[in-house]
Amino acid sequence: MSERSIGKKKSGGVGQLLIPLVALGILLLFNLIRDPGFYSIGVAVNNSGNKVLTGNIVSIIDSASELAIIAMGMTLVTAACGGQDISVGAVGTIAGSIFVKTLKAFPDITFGTLILAILACCAVTILFTGFNGVLVSVFKIQPMIATLILFSCGRSIAYLIVGSATPQIDSPIISAMGMTIPGIPIPTPIFGVVLVGLILAAIFRLTTLRLYTESVGVNQGAARLNGINPVGIKMLSFVILGICVAVAGIIGTSRMGQVSHKTLLIDIEMDAILAVAIGGNNLGGGRFKISGSILGAYIIQMLTTTLLAMRVDPVNIKAYKAIVIIIIVMAGSPVVKQKLTALGRRIRFGGAQAAASKGVN
Amino acid sequence: MSVKQIGKTCREPLTDSQLLMTITIGIFAVMYAAAMIFMGGGFLRTQQFFDLLNDNAALIIISCSLTIVMIGGGINISVGGVIGLTVMACALYLNGTGIQDSTLGIVVTFLLALGIGLAFGVLQGFLISYLDIQPFIVTLAGMFLSRGLTTMLSVNPVKVTHEGFLSLVKNRLAIPWLGYTAKNGNLIPAKLEIGAIVALAVVALVYLMLRYMKLGRHIYALGGNQQSALMLGINVKRTRFISYVISGLLSGLAGFVFLMHKPAGNASVAMRSEMDAIAASIIGGTLLTGGVGNVIGTFFGALILATIQKIIALSPLNESWWQEMANGAMLGLFILLQSVILGNRGKHKKADFQTVQKE
Repeated sequence: MSERSIGKKKSGGVGQLLIPLVALGILLLFNLIRDPGFYSIGVAVNNSGNKVLTGNIVSIIDSASELAIIAMGMTLVTAACGGQDISVGAVGTIAGSIFVKTLKAFPDITFGTLILAILACCAVTILFTGFNGVLVSVFKIQPMIATLILFSCGRSIAYLIVGSATPQIDSPIISAMGMTIPGIPIPTPIFGVVLVGLILAAIFRLTTLRLYTESVGVNQGAARLNGINPVGIKMLSFVILGICVAVAGIIGTSRMGQVSHKTLLIDIEMDAILAVAIGGNNLGGGRFKISGSILGAYIIQMLTTTLLAMRVDPVNIKAYKAIVIIIIVMAGSPVVKQKLTALGRRIRFGGAQAAASKGVN
Repeated sequence: MSVKQIGKTCREPLTDSQLLMTITIGIFAVMYAAAMIFMGGGFLRTQQFFDLLNDNAALIIISCSLTIVMIGGGINISVGGVIGLTVMACALYLNGTGIQDSTLGIVVTFLLALGIGLAFGVLQGFLISYLDIQPFIVTLAGMFLSRGLTTMLSVNPVKVTHEGFLSLVKNRLAIPWLGYTAKNGNLIPAKLEIGAIVALAVVALVYLMLRYMKLGRHIYALGGNQQSALMLGINVKRTRFISYVISGLLSGLAGFVFLMHKPAGNASVAMRSEMDAIAASIIGGTLLTGGVGNVIGTFFGALILATIQKIIALSPLNESWWQEMANGAMLGLFILLQSVILGNRGKHKKADFQTVQKE
């Protein structure tokens, strides 16, 4: 493990985004060749009479919102703890349940109750991810193992909270949050991603959190000797993940207009980890790029939408996805990179002896 | 830590993995005894214990396969998917052979199951060890691939109609002296399915492999500290590759055993069982960081999960969310216990070391 992580850390920086960008480019190009109509954006009127943007690109950016938000938080946890939280889907469902439960406690849904529900939702989610955080930072348990607990029972807790299978919430405010605000044709979840992204960017620009997180991830002992509290930094990363999960849970619930503890944010933990890895981040911790993870999230959604547009049966999508993922991570593998560079050099300087020796120099 | 694992002459009474294993076995014994006292009935019969083995043979096998990989410092979350794919492919093949009650068909099916497992093992092992890609991502892709291929084979459930296979499945090992006498005076022997015997054999073989074979010791060394293993002249890449190949093979075998227990293929077969297997390994005292673990502990870890399931199924709380809550609580308890115990031992060791240095 350590050998690998050392190798990866060196290759961090701008080059990290090269592979996800190329992958996204290839996907875009593939769709352009396959069907130029893929990119058409239209304006339609939805059920409630609002003008909304339609088109594959809009739907990709819209439906990747939850994934992108969770991937941002996951990147931070990955960087600080060198492991991943696999309970985000379950905790997101708990968030959705709290959201619905709080809204249902009042006779009607207003902005006041909405804000109260969002706050309650964030608080409870932070409690749960904080539990994970304590296990990881104080008890020094591997993140994947620690979060396996909530992974296995989180959805049951969500069921216990709401007390029924799929409670519905029906209100113009909720549909404005999950779909579009009247008068603004862009789907609201996209604003959620932008908001979370901007807040995180501001935090990293204005504070030393990035440096501290990276140093804890690279070498915890050295970080402590330099006066950084690794426990605090790890806890903080879990708290930020908690807020991200809460936002994603609220968006997911609002989008569906109901909370279903069996299907809300299902398998999102795996996709979020994939997004982090596709974005070129080292899953062993250390340096990170949140933009890479966001890119990864959109690549995953783009892939799904492309396959759906190609009329692949939705249940079979996983198999194709797996192949593309393997190709992307193989392209990012240091061994493959080395081989490719060597091959490229041989092709470029092949034949002429003098040129070959120049290449070596 | 790894050095102590490798060195067979150990001054301390118990190594970490032995201590954790002892705790696991103790908790299993207490739990089963409590079930016997408070639930009575079926738990007083040997058959109940055998049923735990019969119903969870596949889980025991994939838990062993995960223990091997986890001791080597890796992870394999594709095992559940491989079981699903194997079960589906074998069920379709058995139905499609056309030759009813032929032994050859069953043998080919068995080879098909092992072949699927081997293919996944080789592919994942190659990507992880030779191309240096993170095991979580590779096996996640493996999980997606196997689940996708399963639904490509058939979305609808497939029931095995091959008579030869169905009569093979009905075979039981009957042990009369462990049986009980029914109310009408008939002696009902305790019965063990073939799958359960296979699972027990796998546990024994993996135990012997990890403990006495060179490969097993290499896997421990690899998980304990890769750099040291490399410097000791161990072929790190090949060892890791082989550990994934074995893991894949065992998943294929588990698929076949699953089919012998429930002769029907279904897209949701063994869904999320990889997480159960990881939980069983952890409860059994395997550390995800590698280098520490014991397959006997894993066996009892799987039995603990199975016992919880059985107790809840027989109690008035028979609802799936109680099951999940109990599993989560149990897992949490074991994880905290391990952390605290290992932490304390670590402190003691450090203190001992310091006193030695002072002297």
